[in-house]
Formats: sequence, structure tokens, C-alpha cells
Amino acid sequence: MTEREERRFAEVPRESIKLMAESTGVELSEEVAALLAEDVCYRLREATQNSSQFMRHAKRRKLSVEDFNRALRWSNTETVCGYGAQDALPFRPLKEGELFFVEDREINLVELALATNIPKGCAETMVRVHVSYLDGKGNLEPQGTVPTAVQSLSEDLLKYYQQITRAILGEDPHLMKVALIDLQSNSKIAALLPYFVYVISGVKSVSHDLDQLNRLLHMVKSLVQNPYLYLGSYVRSLVSSVMYCILEPLAASINPLNDHWTLRDYAALLLSHIFWTHGDLVSGLYHQILLSLQKVLSDPVRPLCSHYGAVVGLHALGWKAVERVLYPHLPAYWANLQAVLDDYSVSNAQVKADGHKVYGAILVAVERLLKMKALSLTLAAEGSSAGLPAGCQWEEWTPVSLPAMYCELYSFFGDSLAVRFSTDPPLGGAPPPGPCQPLEGRKEPASSAPNLENTRKMPQLTASMNISPRQDGSPRMEPQPPSLAATVPGRSLSRSSSSSSVSRSRSSSSRPGRSTSQSRDIFPKSRFPLPQAGPPAFSFIIGGRQMGRRCLGRRFQTSFTPTPPLTTLPPRAYAHKLPVIGRVSKPVRRWTCSHYSLHLPL
Amino acid sequence: MAAVQDGQMELDAEKETKPEILSDGTSNLSGNTASGTLSSSPLTAAPAGGAPKMEDQQTLIAVLQFLKRNKLTDSVEILRREAGLGEDQEDSQATDGSGGGKGDVDGGDANSLLSRVSITSAAAPQSMCDSPLMFMLSAAGADDQPDVSVVLSAYSQQGDPSLYQVYYSGLKNFIESVLDCHRAELSQLFYPLFVHMYLELVYNNHENEAKAFFEKFSGDQECYYQDDLRVLCGLTKKEHLKGNEVLLDFRTSRFVLRISRDSYQLLKRHLQERHNNQIWNIIQEHLYIDIFDGMPRSKSQIDSMSGSLAGEGKREVNKAKVFHGLLKEPEIEVPLDDEDDEAENEEGKPKKKKTKKDSLGSKSKKQDPNAPQQNRIPLPELKDSDKLDKIMYMKESTKRIRLGPENLPSICFYTFLNAYQGLTAVDFTDDSSLLAGGFADSTVRVWSVTPKKLRKVKSAADLNMIDKESDDVLERIMDEKTASESKILYGHSGPVYGVSFSPDRNYLLSSSEDGTVRLWSLLTFTCLVGYKGHNYPVWDTQFSPFGYYFVSGGHDRVARLWATDHYQPLRIFAGHLADVTCTRFHPNSNYVATGSTDRTIRLWDVLNGNCVRIFTGHKGPIHSLAFSPNGKFLASGSTDGRVLLWDIGHGLMIGELKGHTDTIYSLKFSRDGEILASGSMDNTVRLWNSMKAFDEVETDDFTATTGHIHLPDNSQELLLGTYHSKSTPVTHLHFTRRNLLLAAGAYNSQ
Repeated sequence: MTEREERRFAEVPRESIKLMAESTGVELSEEVAALLAEDVCYRLREATQNSSQFMRHAKRRKLSVEDFNRALRWSNTETVCGYGAQDALPFRPLKEGELFFVEDREINLVELALATNIPKGCAETMVRVHVSYLDGKGNLEPQGTVPTAVQSLSEDLLKYYQQITRAILGEDPHLMKVALIDLQSNSKIAALLPYFVYVISGVKSVSHDLDQLNRLLHMVKSLVQNPYLYLGSYVRSLVSSVMYCILEPLAASINPLNDHWTLRDYAALLLSHIFWTHGDLVSGLYHQILLSLQKVLSDPVRPLCSHYGAVVGLHALGWKAVERVLYPHLPAYWANLQAVLDDYSVSNAQVKADGHKVYGAILVAVERLLKMKALSLTLAAEGSSAGLPAGCQWEEWTPVSLPAMYCELYSFFGDSLAVRFSTDPPLGGAPPPGPCQPLEGRKEPASSAPNLENTRKMPQLTASMNISPRQDGSPRMEPQPPSLAATVPGRSLSRSSSSSSVSRSRSSSSRPGRSTSQSRDIFPKSRFPLPQAGPPAFSFIIGGRQMGRRCLGRRFQTSFTPTPPLTTLPPRAYAHKLPVIGRVSKPVRRWTCSHYSLHLPL
Repeated sequence: MAAVQDGQMELDAEKETKPEILSDGTSNLSGNTASGTLSSSPLTAAPAGGAPKMEDQQTLIAVLQFLKRNKLTDSVEILRREAGLGEDQEDSQATDGSGGGKGDVDGGDANSLLSRVSITSAAAPQSMCDSPLMFMLSAAGADDQPDVSVVLSAYSQQGDPSLYQVYYSGLKNFIESVLDCHRAELSQLFYPLFVHMYLELVYNNHENEAKAFFEKFSGDQECYYQDDLRVLCGLTKKEHLKGNEVLLDFRTSRFVLRISRDSYQLLKRHLQERHNNQIWNIIQEHLYIDIFDGMPRSKSQIDSMSGSLAGEGKREVNKAKVFHGLLKEPEIEVPLDDEDDEAENEEGKPKKKKTKKDSLGSKSKKQDPNAPQQNRIPLPELKDSDKLDKIMYMKESTKRIRLGPENLPSICFYTFLNAYQGLTAVDFTDDSSLLAGGFADSTVRVWSVTPKKLRKVKSAADLNMIDKESDDVLERIMDEKTASESKILYGHSGPVYGVSFSPDRNYLLSSSEDGTVRLWSLLTFTCLVGYKGHNYPVWDTQFSPFGYYFVSGGHDRVARLWATDHYQPLRIFAGHLADVTCTRFHPNSNYVATGSTDRTIRLWDVLNGNCVRIFTGHKGPIHSLAFSPNGKFLASGSTDGRVLLWDIGHGLMIGELKGHTDTIYSLKFSRDGEILASGSMDNTVRLWNSMKAFDEVETDDFTATTGHIHLPDNSQELLLGTYHSKSTPVTHLHFTRRNLLLAAGAYNSQ
């Protein structure tokens, strides 16, 4: 016991005592040194024990040199000088002489005195208040601090805040960059967070100024990336500001010269970043965002730029968001978009350009959806259903199998979708026919012949997502997600018409009648039976080409021959403004003919 | 070492009242009688014995010579008269003894006699160390540490050092072989015996035996004595015994044990059979065995009460009546209704207030049987401003949230940022408008936590200019130019360990390591008085709930009661065996509670300075105390992370709240007493259901008379919530008048 106890204490060996005595020129005998050593140990121990009470009353856990000196002073002993530094003193051995010493570097006083980097005084001692609201059960209520409460910002912080906001919102791009970088890495700005969040919420008042919006979004990014900041419930406020930039028909977008699309793209990216890094801070945030995006998407009164925002927002939130919100809405939305795209009137030119933007965005979104879904399928046989976020009961929603989804999407986009896959490098892995085929078989129990043909003709869905466009196959079956069954009048019509038209375009010209009849078989429940029950009454062309223009998107031109049923489309907001029917433009046909092998005239 | 002297006197007084349980041997009979008479007036010392023997006479003569040499002629006269000694006798004795000339030789003779006195004192150690006469003599003889040598001389008894281990293990074997019910009780003997035997060995220079003894038996001791053992194990030399305070405490006080009569008989029989005189002597001389009739206590019962430096408190100590009731609230006129309307803008409120007021009045009219007389201690008269404040208080209390397990308070944390100099003490005013912090850099800082800024009074010249008749004269005297959110008070020359606001918010007290307590004016923000008297670091200070009085306690082991207009203390509460670490006033201002490093809590009567309660049970220094608002209960927190609850009226421990993992620096009851909040160095605030803790205590007659209580282990049920701060130790807690909990601490960036 004693041994253990003694090992716990520092002991000064007699050799040390002798050495110390020698250094002052005194010769000590062994006996005296031993006695002295023991006494020194005891005195040290006593002084340490006495000094601990000063530590306790100073409400500290760490014994300081000052505590020790106080104990010495009260026991009428000279205090130890020169150890006031806060840093630990390294105790170093000297190899040659078995000597241990405290490293004590010499300080050049002259240098110190003439130094130009005068240390700044430490910040003013101050009091800050934080309120924890407890509910009846004693749980902390999730409420942010109240910035209006007694909360004093120190002078320095206030200055920092002013400088930063001025730099970010000012004209100098270099200054802004510096400010943003600092905002991203400064560890002492927690107190300013509410103020910055407030500044950012000012997006609503500068919606005419793309530059300012951009700067504010950059500010959001910096705050989100700052590892020292705990955003807490401020995340909600930040998200609402970002959502504003994504979804609102900003005043800046009135002028087509303003590139508000990029702003929306950036904001969407930011949204996904916030969500992935801070989404856990506010429960239910994900669903709230999805709901608001869905609301915008399903609102036809909203301008196309809002829709564009919703689509890129969903795209940014991941393929599952696309699958859950965009995909089910696509049939309904498609009619409107189609209408816009098919209007070639001059007055519609701008809207049409916007429409193409939306089209491109949707295409990009569904492309990723398909790829990711295929990937998840290859990773796990049941990936499509297992990968769902848990507890999403907000909408009746059942996963759609990949081939079915592909079929449906193919009916919208035609080869423009296929082409995107064919140009992709293979993802590797063998085609998984297992999960695909039975599904299709089940979906189409009516006839076996189409099934056979389907297996032959359908563009092959492989894990590598290589779809050969030459292998003519018409995706004829459309699995109907239950939620989609007859939701919007006119939707099924538009869809079926488009699908049939696509199928016709994809099918070889030698079998036109058959394909149409099949499409009729598949859609027996369509509320608007196809008027063209017999041979097709209209023809159209799909042409696609890469546009080298400003938007860098894909522009597809579709031309319809006017068909009577299409006029029965229920009037839409767009339809009012723009005639639904476009006109066949010969030059386009010629142009597409000349450039694209995909051009398949009926 | 004034503190030790005080302690000695106090102990001496206690000894007189206490009945001798174990009569000493005949050899120290004379010593006993001497101490009995001497204690009243040390300088008129005389043995009461009729015919003094030769040796006694010689002793007397030596004393006389000593007095003569120190020019205490009056005393010499008195002593001579009382002892019936003639002058010639003395002279002849002196010449006989010295044989040579007077002068130097005389002194030498006296010294030789003095040494004989010390020898006799060794034979009668108890009387010696208690006797003020001997104390004085040796005080004059030894220069630096007078009392220690006397105290230690009690150890000069010789025994075979090699047998100590045999004795101790013999007793150990015996205790381990007795019935279970007695074993726990008799096991209490281990620790004090171990310490005393070890010290005897050390004192008699048996260093190796002492080390071996320590090594063999220190592992057997209860874990809560580890701190003391650590001090002890460093002591291996006789020289070190001098000046070691812990040791001194152990020696100057008798270790108190409570043992049932059956167990005691068992022990006595065993020791007498074995003729184990060594142990028997130690028990007689250094231990106080408080024998009670009835069931022996269980191990857990003993453990809950032990742990203090000097054993448990004696049962008699906690028998005195304590008036723990509250004083009657002064009658204050009902605030005018229209005034209320203005303030509240709420209809029907005034009516409500009036009824409330009435109920308050009727409640206070009924005299609490436990309350002290209204004028038991003189209290300051209420000023107009105090009355206004009382009215404000009543208004606020009508809006108070009723707390309970289902309704916990919100917590408002005041974090001190950039407090690199070290925050050592915090206090809020009762109305939560001001916040004071004491810092290790000797400063005291005051903040206003309301939008109202702190202003100084104008200078004298400017004050002459203002219209003294105007209604807003109190507003006019303030200097707007000095308005600021915080003020710094400079004056101390050491860390400020305690701060306390006066109830009227005009004064602030601060106690510091520099040994002073300072009174600051919050109107001029200057120091008014520096109270000197402790001469050692003052660990804590607090204003009385009625103002005017304040209490302070420090390293000198005493607590002092002061009045703001007296530069000397009114009372000195001496008795603690180690530093007084915290001091609290009872809500009725008639009592003061002090917590100490000796791990006991004492309650002192302000009226007569008596110690009326000693609470033992903590296993570490006590750093926080809190009275319940009704004055019935006391909560205490210590470095061991436990909160203990005490019933003041019965003098019983009634609860133990376990949960904290570090020193508890702050305790506070909610305004209605339902919730106890504790703040600790472990960066948490914990809320406890104090109502339940108090209700669940069964206080039947037996427990009340014996004080042996079974503590239910229900900390987890009583814990209502734990709230973590962000690396900020909780230094202070305060409930606002509406029961919002305020906490304060300094952010610790390390």
C-alpha cells in the first residue's frame, strides 16, 4: 500500500539533492542528502495539499502555479517565480549525463521589446444568456436562442459582422471571396449566426438583383460549411431562403437576359448540401421540402421557371425524391409542357425556350433516376423497395418496377432518353433479366403474344443501361401506379396519345396497325378512348439535336399533325395563352432528316 | 494561529459540560481538577487540592517564578494567596533549587521545572492539552508553534513499537469474529485507532515500524478516508508532525463514535481480558464513545453518518431547540388599486391581488410555533424603499409559476465569456436585476442584466446643484454619463472567493484571499469598508436576508458575524476543525449554517454564538449550502458529488441525492421549495423533487431520539432532470421571483 501510495507522489532522489547542492557549491554527505531528500518530498507534498484548496475555491480542476505559490505564501515560504506561463513545461532528459531539466528557453528581451507584433489584449469579459425552455416533462423544447433577449455583442463581433456583410454584399468580388472564406472557417462567430441568418432572409427583398441573390446564397454556403457553427433550428430559416431562390418567380427572371437558371441550379445544389449535412437538425424537414416542391410542380399557374426550380430541386434531393414526386406527376405535367413546346408562334418563343429548359431538367432528373434505380437493383435484388426512406406515409405511393418505369418514361421522351443511356459508358454487370421479365409477365397477363414480342422488341434494359436504339421495340405496356389512376382528366389521353405516337415512331413502319391495336388493348380503361381506332390519323416526327446555344440543353422538336381529339384537351393555363397545336414545319423535318438517324418517318 | 486558540477554548468549554464517561486513572486526577477550575480564569490558576504534595508545590513555584519574570505581579499575588504559599517559601525553594545567584539561574530552574510539568502532562494528556494554563505556559516557552508540542506530547507514552501491529491485528481479529450486528459498529474503531497508533509510532521515532504498520493496515480503512490517509502516509518524521494542520485537528479533537451499549460492553470485556492497555489507553484518551441503548446500527446507517474528520456529531449536540420557523411578514399597506391597473392593464387583477394579500396576511398572523421571537435578534427597520420592494415582491409572487415534477422551470444560463482571469464567485440580486462576479484577478464586476444601465451618483459638487425638493430627486442624483452595462470594482489584492448583494441592492460584499471582506456601494461603485479580522483567506460571505448583518468564513476555521456599521465582528463561531468553506444565513436570520473542509456542517445561533447542530455524513469538503424557503430543511453539496438533505428541527439526515460526478458548487431551492436545483463542476444542472424527498421521511420517535435513520436509496426517482451546459461549470444558481431558474458559470475553453 505504502509503495503504491509513494509511487503516486513525486519523489526527489538524494542524487538530485546532491547535484543541486553541488551546483550551489555545497558538498553534502550521503546521510544529509537522504534526510534532505525525504524532507523535501514531505514539504512538497504538504505544499501541494495545501494549494489544492485554492484550486477548489477557484472552482477549477487544474492546479495552477499560482495556487501553489499562494500556499507557499501562507506558510511563510518564499514563492517560486518564473513559472507563470500557462503552457506546460517540457521536462527533458539529457542523454549523456542522465540529467533531467526543465527546458527554459532564453528570451531576447531586446527583440521582445522592439517587436512590432504587439499582442492584442484579450476580449472583454462579458455575460451572455442562453435560455433552455423546458416543457412540463422537463424536456428541452427545441427553440432557438432569442436574439432579441439580453444578448450583447462585443465590439469586435459587431465590427466583424459589419465588415463581413459589407464585403459580401459589396461590389468587390475579391473582397467577397475573402469574406466568404473567413465565414467558412471562423470558429468564433456563433454569436453572430442569428444576424447572418437574418441577413440571408433578406433574399425576398432583393429578388430583382441576381447578383445579390447569388452573394446571399454564397453566404449560406459558407455558413453551412463552417464546421464550428451549430446551425440548430436556424437550418429551417436558411432552407426557406434557399427555397425562395429555387422556386419563386423572381423579379429578375422577367428579363430573359438574366440567367436566373444558374441561380436556381446553384440554389438547388445548396439545398441538397444543407439537407445532406444538416438535415438531421430539424425533423421532418425533408418531407416539408418535398411537399412544397410537389405543390409548385402540380400548380399549373406557376411560371415555367418555378417548375424548373422544382425539378432541379427534386433532382438535387436525390433520385428517390424524383421517383416519389416527379415521376408520379410526370404524366399530368407532360401535357402542359407538351403544349408549350408545340407552340411555334413567335409570341411563345420565350415561353417555349423556358419549356425546353424544364424539359431538359426533367430529362436529366429521370435519367439519373433510372440509372440509380438500376444500380440499386443490381446492388440488392429488392433495392427499389428497400431503399425507400422509412415512414413516408404522406402519399400513397408504391414503388414502380424499373422496366415499367422505363417504359413509361420512354413513352415521354422517346429516343432522347435512350440516347442518353447509349452514350454512357457501361456501368458493368450482366443484364438482370430475372427481376425484369417476371414483372413484365405479370403486368401483362392478357396475351402472351405481346409478351413474346416484348421480350424481343423492347429496348433492352441492362444493368449497364445500354439501350440499343437500333433494336426496334415499342414499350407497349404501361404499368399504372395506383395513385395515378385517373387523377387528372386529360392526362391519360395525353399520355396514351404520346405513348402511342412514340410507339409508332419506334416501331418499324411495316407494322403500324398492330402496334396501335396493342396500345388500345393495353389501355382499355382509358377514359378517352383513342379516336383513331383504325389506322393512325396523324403522324409526327421526333427529332433531337444538341443545341449549341446559350442553354446548352437538348432541344427536341416534335411536330404533330393536327388531330381532332387533341382539341378536346381541357383548357389549361398555358393552353389559353398558347394554341395547343403546333404546325408541321418542313424545314425542321428536313433538318432532322439530314442529321439524325433517329428520324423515322412513318 | 488564532484559529486554533479559538478552537481550543471552545473545546474546553464543551469538555466542561460533557460528563466524563471513562474516568481517567488516579495519576491525572489533579490535572482534571485543575483544568476544571482553571478554565474560568486561566491566570488565577491554583490546584484545588487541600494539601499539595511536594511535587505540586514545586510546580506552583515554577509557575510563580514564571509569572514574576513576565512582570505579572497581580497574578503572582493572587496565585500566592490562593495557594497559601509564603513569599519566603518560594524564595527558599528557589535558592534551594538553584543554589547559586538569582537571575539567569532562576530562569534555568524554572525551565527545568517546566519540563517536569510537561512530563506530568504527558501522564495526563487530556487535561494537559485542554488546560489553558499549560497552554499559556508553553505558549510563552515555545516561540513558533506553541500548542503543537503540548498536543503532541500526549504521544510520548512508550510502548513496544513492534507490538503495535500485534495489538491492532488482535483487535481486528476480535472484531471480525464478533456477531454481524456488532461488527459494523465496532469496525468504526479501526480508523481512529489506526491513525493514533501510527502517529504514536511516528512521534516516538519508530519510522520503520510506522511505515510497516501503515502498509499493513491502511488498506483496511474505509475508502472515504483516503484523502486523510494520503496526508498521513507522507508523515514519517517527528519533525513533520509539527505544523501539520490535519494532524493537529485529529489531536485537538476527540474522535466521536456512536456505539450501542451491547457492542461497547463486548469491546470492553475483550480488551480487559487481553490486558490490551495500549489500545485501551488510546480509546480512553483520544476517542469519545457515545454509548446509546438500543439496536446496534447497520453498516449502511453508520456509513451514511461517518466520514467527517472527527467522527460523528455527539447526540447531545443536536438536541438543542432550533427556532426554524419564519418571522412574521411585516404588515405593508395594500398597494393602491389604480396603481395596479396602471402596472397590469388587466381587469380583475386588483381584486385578486387584494384577496391574495389578505390570505398572505392571515397566514403570517398565525404565529409559527417554531418561529423565533420577532425581536430575538434586533433587525433593521424597514425603509420606505424596502417596503416598495416588498410590494414588488408580492406582485411578482402572484405571477409565480407553481413548480412540480410535472412543471419544471425553464433554465436561463448566464455564461461568462472571455473570463480568462478565472471566475470564482457569482451572485444575483433577489429581483434578478444585477449580477456580480468575483474573479481570480482580484476584481469584482457587476453587470446589469436588465436594459437598465448602471449609473453612479453625481459628484458632491454636482449634487449641490440639484433641486432636492423635486419628486424625482433620486433620479436626478444619478449621473447619466456614467451609464454602462457593467462596472468593475477594484480593491482586493487576491482572488475574490465570495460575493453577496444586500437585499436592498445598495451594497455588495466581497470576500477575498487577502483576508478581508469588503463592502461596496452600488450607488457610487466604490469601496466603503474593508472588514479585517480573518487574517487568512476568506472563502465565503453572505448578507443576512434582512440586510445589516453578514457572515463570513475562512481559512482560519471560524465564521464571523458582522454588522455593516461595526468594524469588528459581533460573533465568532469557532468549532470547525478545518476551513469554513461556505456560510449561509437561515431565512429567519437567527441562525447561520457553515460548511467546512472537516466535512461537517454546523448550525450556529446568532443570538448567543452557540453551535446548535452538527451534521456529519459528507465524505468530502462541503462547498454549497441552501436552506429551504420554509426554514425547515437544509441541503448541502460537497466535493464527493452528493447532495445531503437535513431536517433542522430534528437534527437528522433525511436524504441523499446521488447523481453529480463532481463538486457541487451551487444549490438553490425554488421559491416555493418544491424543486431543488444543484449545479456542479461536471457542467450539469440537476433538478430534484425536494417535496417528495421531504415527504417520504418517516420520523418516528425512535429515529428522532437516536438519529439513526434508514435512508431510502431513491436518488433516481427524485431526479427530475439533468441539463448539460457546454463545458461551463455551474457556479451559481438562482430562482427568480417567478421561479425561472438562472444559472451562471464561466465558459471553460480548455
